[in-house]
Amino acid sequence: MIKKKLTIKNPQGLHARPASIFVRIANKFESDVTVKKGVEKVNGKSIMGLLALAASEGSVVDIEVSGPDSEQAMKELESFLMNDKDEDYENA
Amino acid sequence: MKTLKGIGASPGVAIGKVLMLDSEEMSISRREIKDSMIPKEIARFEEALTKTRAEILSIRDKISQEIGKEHGDIFNAHLLVIEDRALVEEVIGKIKKDKLTCDYIFSQVLKKYVQSFLKIDDEYLRERVSDINDVGRRVIRHLVGWQRTSLSDLKEKVIVVAYDISPSDTAVMNRKNVIGFATDIGGRTSHTAIMAKSLEIPAVVGLESVTRQLRDGDKVIIDGVNGIMIVNPGPAEIQKYREQIVHYEEINKSLKKLKGLLCITKDGRRVELSANIELPDEVVSVISHGADGIGLYRTEFLYMNRVGLPSEEQQYQAYKKVVQKITPKPVIIRTFDLGGDKFLSHLEMPHEMNPFLGWRAIRFCLARPDIFKVQLRAILRASVHGKLRLMYPMISGLSELKQANKMLQDAKGELRSKRIAFDEQMEVGAMIEIPSAALTCDLLASEVDFFSIGTNDLIQYALAVDRINEKIAYLYEPAHPAVLRLIKTVIETGHAKNIWVGMCGEMAGDPILTPVLLGLGLDEISTSPLMLPEIKKIIRSISYEEAKEIARHALSFSTGVEVVHYLKSKYTEIVVHPKRKHK
Repeated sequence: MIKKKLTIKNPQGLHARPASIFVRIANKFESDVTVKKGVEKVNGKSIMGLLALAASEGSVVDIEVSGPDSEQAMKELESFLMNDKDEDYENA
Repeated sequence: MKTLKGIGASPGVAIGKVLMLDSEEMSISRREIKDSMIPKEIARFEEALTKTRAEILSIRDKISQEIGKEHGDIFNAHLLVIEDRALVEEVIGKIKKDKLTCDYIFSQVLKKYVQSFLKIDDEYLRERVSDINDVGRRVIRHLVGWQRTSLSDLKEKVIVVAYDISPSDTAVMNRKNVIGFATDIGGRTSHTAIMAKSLEIPAVVGLESVTRQLRDGDKVIIDGVNGIMIVNPGPAEIQKYREQIVHYEEINKSLKKLKGLLCITKDGRRVELSANIELPDEVVSVISHGADGIGLYRTEFLYMNRVGLPSEEQQYQAYKKVVQKITPKPVIIRTFDLGGDKFLSHLEMPHEMNPFLGWRAIRFCLARPDIFKVQLRAILRASVHGKLRLMYPMISGLSELKQANKMLQDAKGELRSKRIAFDEQMEVGAMIEIPSAALTCDLLASEVDFFSIGTNDLIQYALAVDRINEKIAYLYEPAHPAVLRLIKTVIETGHAKNIWVGMCGEMAGDPILTPVLLGLGLDEISTSPLMLPEIKKIIRSISYEEAKEIARHALSFSTGVEVVHYLKSKYTEIVVHPKRKHK
C-alpha cells in the first residue's frame, strides 16, 4: 500500500469538477483508492463519497492506494491534485 | 375553493384539469427475502441500473440535440451517481447481509447520502441532492415497474402538477396539450421556470405541497404572473380569468399586426424595444415578438445545474449562437450576477446575512479575475459575429467600473497576443441598479457607452425593501417618487454626457408605466418578449410631447399611490378609449 499526504490546491476544493476527474482517474486502475480527511474515510472511486468529504482548498488529505497498479495510480492522482489549479475550466 | 401562493415563473393564465406527474416520494415497504433469492435480487438491481443508464443516455442525447448541449450536461451528473462504485457495492453488500429487497435497501442507502449532503451547507451539494433524487426515482421506477406518467402521449389539454419537472419530462412533452405547469419546489431560475418561459407556457413554482393537495382531474386556474393557483375555482374566478386569457389572446393577435411595425411615437421618436433572455433558445421567441434586439442576456444559467465551471469555449459557443441568430440586431450580454457561494465550497464562503448586499456579481468578478476573464474573453470572441454589447452588473461606483474596464482591457490584450479577432468597437455599459451608481452616474458616464437601469434591484435598494418578504411587499413601489427621481437623474445625466440610457427589469414591462418612462427620455426598453407587443402598442399610440407632459405630471405627486392612480387613468385614455381624447 502506498500512502501520501497531499494538500488540495484547487480553489473549488475536491469538489464538483475536480472530484469527478479524480474519480475518473481512480476508476482507470484496479487498485483500491481511499481518501481520508481527519477521521473520515471514503472510497476514492466514489463521487458520492468524495463529495460528502467536502475537502476544500487548503485542506490536507491522505491518499491510500493498494493493489497491483498502485504506483501508477498514485502517480496520476498526485499529479492531478498538484497541477489542478483550475486554470482551464473545461467541463468534466 | 382554495388559493395557493407560489412563485410566478412564466407569465400567462391557464384554466384546466390537473395531471399529476408524481408526488413527493414513492413509498417502498421493507420486505425480507430468502437466502435463495439473494442472487436474483442482485441481478434485478443490476438490471435496473443498466436500464436506467440506457434511459439517461438516450434522454441526454435527445435533449442535447433538441434543446442544447448545456441542458444535456445535467445528465452527465446523473450518470456519475449510478456509476458510483461505492454506492453500488454498498447496496449489493447490504442485500447479502440484511436479506431485504433491493428496492428498500437502495432507497435507504440513497437517503443516507442525501442526508449527509444536506448537512453540509453548500449550494453545489444541495443541487446534487436533486440529481440523486431524480436518478433514485428512475432506478426505483425500473425496479418496481412503475411507469411515470409520460407527457408524450396526452389525449387532452392538462395542467401538469409535479414535485418538480425534470428536463427529461419536458424533452418528450407533447407541447400542444400541456397548458400549464405547477410544482412543489423551484424558484424563478429553476429548470421548470426557464423551460416554461422558453416554451411560453404559464407556470407557478414553489407551491410547497401542491402535489399532496390535488388529484388527477381537479379543476384549477394558474396565474403565472402573480404566482397563484386557485383550486376548484368558483364561476366568478373562472369568468375573471377567462377574460384575462382573452386579453392575452388579443395581445397575441395584435402582435402579428405590430410585428413588422417600428417602435416609434406618433411624432417620430424612435425607441429601441428589446427583450430579456436567459437561454440561447429564447431568441426564437424574441424574433417572433418583433423585438429590436436583446437588451439583457442573463448569463447565470451557463453556470448553474452543472458540474464545474463552463469553459471559455462553451461560453463562446453559447454567446455566438445568440449573436448569430439575432444579427443584425444588437444583443447586450450581462456578465454573470452570481454570489461567491456558486463557485466556492462552503468552507471558504462565509454565510451571508444579507446576500443581496453581499459578495456577488461584479464584486465577486473583480476578486476572481481568473473566473471573470474567461467570460470576458468568450464574450469578446463572440463579438465578431454580430452587434454585441457588454454590460457589468452591480456597479456601485467609479473605481469598480474602472477596475472592470481594466480587466476587459487585459482580456483584449490576451486575445490580441494570440491573434484572435474581436470587435474593437464593442460598446460597454454599466447596469445602474444601486442608488449610489444612479447618484454618481455623471462620473460613470465617461467610462461607458451606455447605461441600463436595472429596476428590480434599484427599487429594492432605494426603498430598503426586501421584495421577497411578504409583510413589506406593499412598500415595493416602482412608481415611488424616489424611484422616479432616480430614473430621471440617470436619463438626464446620461444624455448630458452623450450616452444612451436603457432600462431592463420588470418595471420596463409594465404597460401602465410606459408613458412616464418614455416621457423621461429612455432610449431603450427591454423586457420579457411576451410584453413587447403591448408596450409597442402604447408607444405607437402616444406622442413624445404627450409622454413628456405625463412624466412631468407624474413627478409632481408626493406618493407612489397617487402616481399609479394618475398613470392608470392615462393608460385607459391612451389604450382603452383613445377616441375620448380631446386633441
